Amino acid sequence: MVKAKILISGNEAIAQGAIQAGCSFYAGYPITPQNEIIAYMAKQMPKKGVFIQAESELAAINMVYGASAAGVRAMTSSSSPGISLKQEGISYIAGARLPAVIVNIMRGGPGLGNIAPAQSDYFQATRGGGHGDYHLIVLAPGSVQEAYDLTQLSFDLADKYRIPVMILGDGILGQMMEPVRLSVLGSRCSGKHQVPSTQHLKDWALTGCKGRKPNIVKSFFLREGALEEANLKLQRNYEIIRKKEERFECLFTSDAKVILVAYGTMARIAKSAISQLRSAGKKVGLIRPVSLWPFPQKPFNLKNKNVKYLVLEMSYGQMLEDVKLAVCGRQRIEFLGRSGGGVPNEQQIIDKIRIISEKS
Amino acid sequence: MIERIIIAGSGGQGVMLLGKVLAQTAMLEGKQVTWFPAYGPEVRGGTSHCMVTISDQEIGSPYITRADTLIILNNPSLERFKGMISSKGLLILNSSLAKIDADTKIKILQFPFTDIAIKLGNIKVANMVALGYYAQVKKIIKVKNILKVFKSIAPAGNLKILEVNQQALEEGARLNHG
Amino acid sequence: MEKTFKRCQSLYDVPTHYCPGCGHGIAHRLVAEVVDELKIREKTIGIAPVGCAVVAYDYWNFDCSEAAHGRALAVATAIKRVHPQNIVFTYQGDGDLAAIGTNETIHAANRGENLSVVFINNAVYGMTGGQLAPTTLLGQKTSTSIEGREKKAHGFPLKISEMLALLPGVCYIERVSLESPVEVLKAKRAIKQAFENQINNLGFSLVEILSPCPTYWGLTPKESLDWIRDVMRKEFPLGRIK
Repeated sequence: MVKAKILISGNEAIAQGAIQAGCSFYAGYPITPQNEIIAYMAKQMPKKGVFIQAESELAAINMVYGASAAGVRAMTSSSSPGISLKQEGISYIAGARLPAVIVNIMRGGPGLGNIAPAQSDYFQATRGGGHGDYHLIVLAPGSVQEAYDLTQLSFDLADKYRIPVMILGDGILGQMMEPVRLSVLGSRCSGKHQVPSTQHLKDWALTGCKGRKPNIVKSFFLREGALEEANLKLQRNYEIIRKKEERFECLFTSDAKVILVAYGTMARIAKSAISQLRSAGKKVGLIRPVSLWPFPQKPFNLKNKNVKYLVLEMSYGQMLEDVKLAVCGRQRIEFLGRSGGGVPNEQQIIDKIRIISEKS
Repeated sequence: MIERIIIAGSGGQGVMLLGKVLAQTAMLEGKQVTWFPAYGPEVRGGTSHCMVTISDQEIGSPYITRADTLIILNNPSLERFKGMISSKGLLILNSSLAKIDADTKIKILQFPFTDIAIKLGNIKVANMVALGYYAQVKKIIKVKNILKVFKSIAPAGNLKILEVNQQALEEGARLNHG
Repeated sequence: MEKTFKRCQSLYDVPTHYCPGCGHGIAHRLVAEVVDELKIREKTIGIAPVGCAVVAYDYWNFDCSEAAHGRALAVATAIKRVHPQNIVFTYQGDGDLAAIGTNETIHAANRGENLSVVFINNAVYGMTGGQLAPTTLLGQKTSTSIEGREKKAHGFPLKISEMLALLPGVCYIERVSLESPVEVLKAKRAIKQAFENQINNLGFSLVEILSPCPTYWGLTPKESLDWIRDVMRKEFPLGRIK
């Protein structure tokens, strides 16, 4: 018998991971397919914490801004259309250098789209999403266990770097249940789960100015040159994060002739295809980016010029651009993607690999 | 070993619960497992399904395109999912509410789960009759472990519910012998 | 000689950036005097709006946060819920509170959040160059209502305070004016009331302040004060609303 595992959904695992990490403020607005998060937070938020069902996504993200400014660990969650609404607040959070955790359980778009799983918000997540020169750290769990672990980690990273961190999942990851071990910070994905100290002194937080000079939380810099200075500070922070926070998993990459590149749910389907192909003697591997920003560069640094990459996405080619930047023309890159509720399946992957292998 | 099961019926027949109990039992037995529900807007009435994958190795896709076992509780679900069964797959059918032509090439085992449940005094436990039958036929999970799961998830203080579900499960498990 | 007038501790000793005759300077000071008198400077957290008063924290000597345009009450809600012992207030203009932030305003009020709101109504958008505000009077000329506000095209001046007074979560609403020293003193009393209500955990309090904007009204400072008295007050009558 396996000790201390429970069967929960990805959405519940994210919520439980947040509570485990000391999240004491949650504000959200219902939207499918992530409603289990808001329901779980309503039920399980500890007595000393605050749960608010906000009047809109705009209000929810700005409440997170306020709670974070007040010095506590704060989170909101939504799905694609709701995340579009939150972009205003996310930009302000980034500009004011506040830590926060934002969960996007992606669904089909554009517009109201549908509620099927998708990965079509990759650009929005990894390029900032709102106005201004900023980034979020973006983490993409590939299992329910990882959803739990990475949510905990995201609070530490947010505090350490004073940056908004996004957990980017999709409807399948949010809805499916898997056994999860509720440990404090596991290390299921390879790459490094460096655990920064969980208690960072938030001497910038708004608590009342007793015994100190007043603190100001702001992203407005009108004096000439001041905004450029603030931006350069952000950029220096991003540079450190790029160096230290790449996360990824590699599977069979050392002997592979074709390397699949996929994240989240798509990587799970890729693994199914790989296990079929490997048992048929085909040398296929996988690079699974876990941090989407910073996008992992190291695993793409392969000397073998004859390796081919096949990028798989539940979108029409967004992460593809980051793979092209990382590979930098050294090897050939192919793409297979579906969106709007369509998900590439094992057979389609296998067929595509056959076509690629025949091309020289 | 990998076993991919699609369970489908009408909303309210308890297919989600059937799948969850199956998944929990597999977890209890130390197996890898995923449970993935249809999460459309249906709440009651429409067709409802979930996908359970059980394996002794890491599971890739939780989404099933070719099922090893289909557990079907009504006719609309049969129409929707019968094409998704693999050539060596097994169809377990609730003959109370679904009919299929005898000449299909797949292996079919059918029993009137709903009628059996009515005889037990609670139409809602047809799902557990089907689960008991599945467990006995496929031998992937053990009936005694399903009973353990029942005890862990049954609402406290409602022994009657637990009892009728147990009866349903055991009734389903006996069908194979008869 | 006895000192009868001094700078508040809650105000920094800095020159103002506001236009001559603008009401923000007076309103900032009234808030600062109230904070001093209630001896709450060390636990006060102010939320500055987007609009002319976005840099209110350059004047106030206590903790402050900016909020995105219209979202001050969402930010304030969270801060107050996290720190119930602190005194949290928002300072918002008519565009912020009654146009882009109407939703946040209504829902914070309806939840009965224990907050104090200082609402500056000058019937025009100042920071962006004198456009139509939700509270612009019928016939009032702005850069986006060139012939004057016209009901068919622009609708009517929004009486958000009267609307909020309907909500059970709201404990206190008063409309005051900065048109004369007498009214300024009444305005201060109302702000103090709103802060005291929060200290006593009574719920949502809002003070609407009719405030001059000579620059975008196209009037001198003196004419602006007269215009509040003779014109604006007819649309927005002073006094306790709730």
